[in-house]
Amino acid sequence: MTAAVLATWTPVCRVDQLEPERGVAALLDGRQVALFRTHEGSVHALGNVDPFSGAAVLSRGIVGDRGGVPTVASPVYKQVFSLVDGTCLDDPTVRVEVYDVSVDGGIVALRAVSQRVGR
Amino acid sequence: MTRELVVVGHGMVGHRLVAALRDRDSTGTWHVTVLGEEDRPAYDRVALSSYVDGRTEDELSLGTHDDPLVDVRRGTSVVGIDREERLVRTADGETIRYDALVLATGSVPFVPPVPGRELPGCFVYRTLDDLDSIKAAARAALGRPVPGRRSAVVVGGGLLGLEAARAMRSLGLSPQVVEIAPRLMPVQVDEGGGALLRTLVERQAIAVRCGVSVAGIVADRGRLVAQLSDGIELDADVVVFSAGIRAADGLARSAGLAVGERGGVLVDDRCRTADQHVWAVGECAALEGRTYGLVAPGYAMAEVVADRLLGGDARMTPAELDMSTQLKLLGVDVASFGDAHATTEGALPVVINDPVAGTYAKLVVSDDASTLLGGVLVGDASRYAALRPLVGQALPADPVALIAPGAVELGADALPDGAQVCSCNAVTKGALREAIAEGACTVADLKACTRAGTSCGSCVPLLKTLLVQEGVEVSKALCEHFAASRAELFEIVAGAGITTFSDLVARHGTGRGCDVCKPVVASILASLGRGHILAGEQASLQDTNDRFLANMQRDGTYSVVPRVPGGEITPDGLIVIGEVARDFGLYTKITGGQRIDMFGARVEQLPEIWRRLVDAGFESGHAYGKALRTVKSCVGSTWCRYGQQDSVGLAVELELRYRGLRSPHKIKSGVSGCARECAEARSKDFGIIATETGWNLYVGGNGGFTPRHADLLVSDVDTETLVRLVDRFLMFYVRTADRLQRTASWIEAMEGGLDHLRAVIVDDSLGICADLEAAMAAHVASYADEWTGVLADEEKLSRFVSFVNAPGSPDPTISFVTERGQQVPAPRTPVLIGIPEVGS
Repeated sequence: MTAAVLATWTPVCRVDQLEPERGVAALLDGRQVALFRTHEGSVHALGNVDPFSGAAVLSRGIVGDRGGVPTVASPVYKQVFSLVDGTCLDDPTVRVEVYDVSVDGGIVALRAVSQRVGR
Repeated sequence: MTRELVVVGHGMVGHRLVAALRDRDSTGTWHVTVLGEEDRPAYDRVALSSYVDGRTEDELSLGTHDDPLVDVRRGTSVVGIDREERLVRTADGETIRYDALVLATGSVPFVPPVPGRELPGCFVYRTLDDLDSIKAAARAALGRPVPGRRSAVVVGGGLLGLEAARAMRSLGLSPQVVEIAPRLMPVQVDEGGGALLRTLVERQAIAVRCGVSVAGIVADRGRLVAQLSDGIELDADVVVFSAGIRAADGLARSAGLAVGERGGVLVDDRCRTADQHVWAVGECAALEGRTYGLVAPGYAMAEVVADRLLGGDARMTPAELDMSTQLKLLGVDVASFGDAHATTEGALPVVINDPVAGTYAKLVVSDDASTLLGGVLVGDASRYAALRPLVGQALPADPVALIAPGAVELGADALPDGAQVCSCNAVTKGALREAIAEGACTVADLKACTRAGTSCGSCVPLLKTLLVQEGVEVSKALCEHFAASRAELFEIVAGAGITTFSDLVARHGTGRGCDVCKPVVASILASLGRGHILAGEQASLQDTNDRFLANMQRDGTYSVVPRVPGGEITPDGLIVIGEVARDFGLYTKITGGQRIDMFGARVEQLPEIWRRLVDAGFESGHAYGKALRTVKSCVGSTWCRYGQQDSVGLAVELELRYRGLRSPHKIKSGVSGCARECAEARSKDFGIIATETGWNLYVGGNGGFTPRHADLLVSDVDTETLVRLVDRFLMFYVRTADRLQRTASWIEAMEGGLDHLRAVIVDDSLGICADLEAAMAAHVASYADEWTGVLADEEKLSRFVSFVNAPGSPDPTISFVTERGQQVPAPRTPVLIGIPEVGS
């Protein structure tokens, strides 16, 4: 079901709606995604639901880095997730989904990572 | 069969004996009957003076033995012992049989045989009852409608006398100390140290007369006159005798037990008298002829007897009879250790006396200058912890070099493994090294596993050096992005005028920060008044709650708390809050800080909710911030029949003054209108309790995880002085505390603790008070309501949306159910923790 939602590139917002290091949430057919733009300008997208609390709030976490890896810290219980692959750096058995991001003509678009694998 | 132990005396040492025995007597060998003269549970007599500063009997209590094998009879005097029949007889005529008898009768104050010593207004300084009487007399004296200062003559200038003098000053009397010896604290310090001590004590508004005695006391028109041996007469409202103690050995004497030359029940190094069924511990015991008036040797005796009663073979060791002392009296450091008076044959004193700096240091060394024998430190006792363990050891350096200003830093490496680092708990350097080798890596770890540093605390600096020497790194780095501590970052940001995180991390850190350093920098920028906390880049630094100026709850909704200063709110205000909550379907609850919390708001509803509240005159309550929360108050003299001051008025004034002040952690306060303390002010970071004539200020209280009563900082000050001191206290805290460190642990971690804090913010010892006050004045002048700031700014408002591509759509994961007539989050559906499947 999830794959069907983002099987193809889906435009979400303008890139200038993403302030550096301040995430936003997007709603895509009932599914929530957290979008982040780093200080250097790269854009990342993770599932917005914090797996530890169940609240859809990862977009409201603090963006930074751990050992150079860009991260977001859950605003609920503060576990840190890699923006690159969604792994929880405090508990590597936990991961949130990651989305492919494209920025084209100032528009941010997403699709499910599995599409990349299937290509 | 259970044997019967009778303990006569329910003081600190008697209490320790029973605790130690019951701790180890797992098979219930002994049933214990404790006969205590005072009608209260055993209490901490060492801290007796803190009773006048507001510590209560409960706080001083050592706790009760809640144990079926222990029977404590308070208010019971023992009048006789029949050693043949092994019976004790109480004043009520009851007889109690014993298999073993421990005398822990302590001591009685020595009152010199001065004519007039029985007059009303003359007191001794030994028990809580004594202090109650003194307090009542001081209050009566202060209430007398006659001009001039009320004064107290304190007879005796030793340790106890100076404590008493300080207590008299706290009670509002002008103390005058009369000491028969040529100097203060003659037992602990020598002539040179005594001279400096006198100067330092006199600076604390305590008059000192040495080398004279009180020849008589006479009543004079409702007051007293103390006539001194040199002919001078001192007016006094209160006379306190604190001229030493005598072992309470009367019971032993009448039972035919031998006593020492200077009193005290004679015991051997097992603490046993010549009668194998009778033991004596603490101040009433003369161990091999000598009595000890300190609690540490008393505790050691209690441990020895507990061991012996259970068949052990413990003996008192010379180290346990160490009479070394370090104390801070009236803000003056005094330490004395080993052979302080150079009585050892051939002993050589080495002295550095600096009356300008106000320090005196003497080391006593052996005739060949190879071994340290003892010493005296006055004015600065910071080297005590390093020097005391060296007693009896080879000198690690030239003696002058050890005490000269800026001299050799005497580290723990100078000590052999056998040297005692903590003399209170007899912990050697070797034992500490072992603990470190086994994994202790902080001072707290060492305290927990060795008990070192848990009593007087003077060895804590040495514990720190020991950790460093053993290779444990004590890092103060905030996180991987900053090597500096929070306090250092504060100075950097303030000093260099830095206004953004990016600038700071580029110049003084690495990487892009994290959820530890970003909120710290956000807080520092806010404390320094560098703009709205959601302005520009600052918005991305804010922690969970600050990010949307509301408190995030477990389901991702927020709660909203408008400020209700002092807990005072009009009916119209209540109606507005009620209407807003009703219209937005919010759950409401009264908070512990005397305001109203509204729960269940979605992020996109926050601006609408706040527009209604701001229009009605409310402002942010900062419930979401590490900032001043509330100043709770009781109803005070406005309504209350017992109120002494207008506590609500002061609470409102303080809350409005400090609102919005960002700090290392939340700050709570309370104001009570009288000593009944209905506002629970002493559980707050700063608490104020009204007195007849002003306010008492307490600091460092805490509820929560580690409850702690606040300590008295100053008493009986007027409102202006109070506000000035709170200004300094809060700014000093904001500048120097660690991240997430409440005021209680901040003061605890401070070297010198409350005394140091008092020196800095009351006596301005660092000369920073004007600066602290100016910083607070700047905060007060620049305060603006954060929510009003958001509502007036489209850019900030634009962030309060649920989804970037669907700004008004509610979060579909949020759902409510109704409970007791209000909406609450729906029970959590089980959350899968694991790697989610994406596509297939």
